[in-house]
Amino acid sequence: MKIKEIQEELIDEFAMFDDWVERYEYMIDLGKSLPLIESKYKTDDYLVNGCQSKVWVNAELIDDNIVFKADSDAIISKGIIAILIRVFSNHKPNEIIEASTDFIDKIGLKDHLSPNRANGLSSMIKQLKLYAIAYKTKINDE
Amino acid sequence: MRKNTNINIKEIRKDFPILNRKINGKDLIYFDNAATSQTPKVVIDSIISYYSNYNSNIHRGVHALSQEATNAYEDSRVKFQKYFNADNSFEIIFTSGTTHSINLVANGFKKILKAGDEIIISQLEHHSNIVPWQMLCEETGAKIKVIPIDHNGELVFSEFEKLLNSRTELVFVNHVSNALGIINPIKKIIDKAHEFNAIVLIDGAQATPHMKVDVLKLDVDFYVTSTHKICGPTGVGILYGKEKWLNKIPPFFGGGEMIDQVTFEKSTYAGLPNKFEAGTPNISGVIASGVGIDYMNSIGLENINKYEIELLDYATRKLLLIEDLKIYGVSKQKTSVISFNVGKIHPYDIGSIVDKFGIATRTGQLCAQPIMDYFKIPGTIRISFSFYNTKEEIDVFIEALHKAILMLS
Repeated sequence: MKIKEIQEELIDEFAMFDDWVERYEYMIDLGKSLPLIESKYKTDDYLVNGCQSKVWVNAELIDDNIVFKADSDAIISKGIIAILIRVFSNHKPNEIIEASTDFIDKIGLKDHLSPNRANGLSSMIKQLKLYAIAYKTKINDE
Repeated sequence: MRKNTNINIKEIRKDFPILNRKINGKDLIYFDNAATSQTPKVVIDSIISYYSNYNSNIHRGVHALSQEATNAYEDSRVKFQKYFNADNSFEIIFTSGTTHSINLVANGFKKILKAGDEIIISQLEHHSNIVPWQMLCEETGAKIKVIPIDHNGELVFSEFEKLLNSRTELVFVNHVSNALGIINPIKKIIDKAHEFNAIVLIDGAQATPHMKVDVLKLDVDFYVTSTHKICGPTGVGILYGKEKWLNKIPPFFGGGEMIDQVTFEKSTYAGLPNKFEAGTPNISGVIASGVGIDYMNSIGLENINKYEIELLDYATRKLLLIEDLKIYGVSKQKTSVISFNVGKIHPYDIGSIVDKFGIATRTGQLCAQPIMDYFKIPGTIRISFSFYNTKEEIDVFIEALHKAILMLS
């Protein structure tokens, strides 16, 4: 599925819920299905800067696609990174770099997050895109 | 003026316009009073009145408005002198906040401290009472020694005694820990430090909202606080200093109002308190801060303290019924602050969910990373009560907390 399609799918899923409790519960559930990062990567080097709770992300290139794995010590942050990874993982670097992020506003995610967490969300997106840029550069060099 | 015997919460709550706010469709429950207290209408009105009636720069105009503003500003200083029982009003310096006050003193000792001198602080300190001294040590070569805490979060006094010696120049301890709410035995600390001729600064930011502070009885050298925690507006701090020490340390800022004579070769400084109040101060804020302590006095600090301890005991009892809930900071000497965690749930998660129920708490390291490192936790959830909070609000919070735990487990 293309990034755009996954985003549409998420927008539809979140539109089914009436209130924030259900949205939070769904986000927490999504966190449980997050592809977890290996424990050896849970070090400061893999921390996303700008999050108040700890969020670790690693990226690998498998068959030209970037595959993200992550974890967090906070459940809601884990849900947030899980949503982002569902959108961006298993795509080519260029697709990730060029992908729009306006689905975040359409889901209404930011309205439900504290300013700290909203900043954390922006930092996570930035981190995923930085990985994509780094792999693109690496591929071009080779 | 209210009677000084009882607290009428219903009436008091009417004095605070913000308590009518709805957050996420729910009545606001404000349990983040240790970060800043809410502002009574009389204080807000005093700011409006200042700008509507006598906004003018102080200490320099001969015109009527300037006189009025100057008088109101200096009246406020006298109010704080009385509030803290200082000998002289010029020993009260207005700053922009506790952090500014601490930095002013730390800066003042730059030329006084020598390499090898020692500064004692405690493990309980807020970052604002750690970083300025580290900066001072970097410049002077002085060393920081830290008073440890025990598993209850109380300072170990015997360890403090061991740290003192003839090289100890300064001792800085908070009166009440912002993260745990524990009241430190500052009188004992001050007396002991003075036996070694050390100078003592007490950070009172978390104490002044809850208790009467008498700087003369304490015999403290410097005492600092912020007025936004005692019903005043943000942006005003107090630095009390004994006259001899305030005379000894140099000004922090140079500028207008703090000078006596200025030539291009050299300027001589004005006397106290102007030496430390360069430039146009936060005039309306200082005046409103005075109105804030008038308001606190009208309720009575003893009444406030008694009622807040009732809230503290009530909430502590209710919280301890929750499985896996751990309170950090266990002491008989506490203000109405409770720091806790539930099992392995991240404090941010709980804070985010209870916010949805309109409840303001503080979560995280609370600007006190050394304490969190000691307990090996990423942070805590902190609820802190003021005299306008109620037991009913605590009940709503406990219910929201149960829901949050259910969602997050």
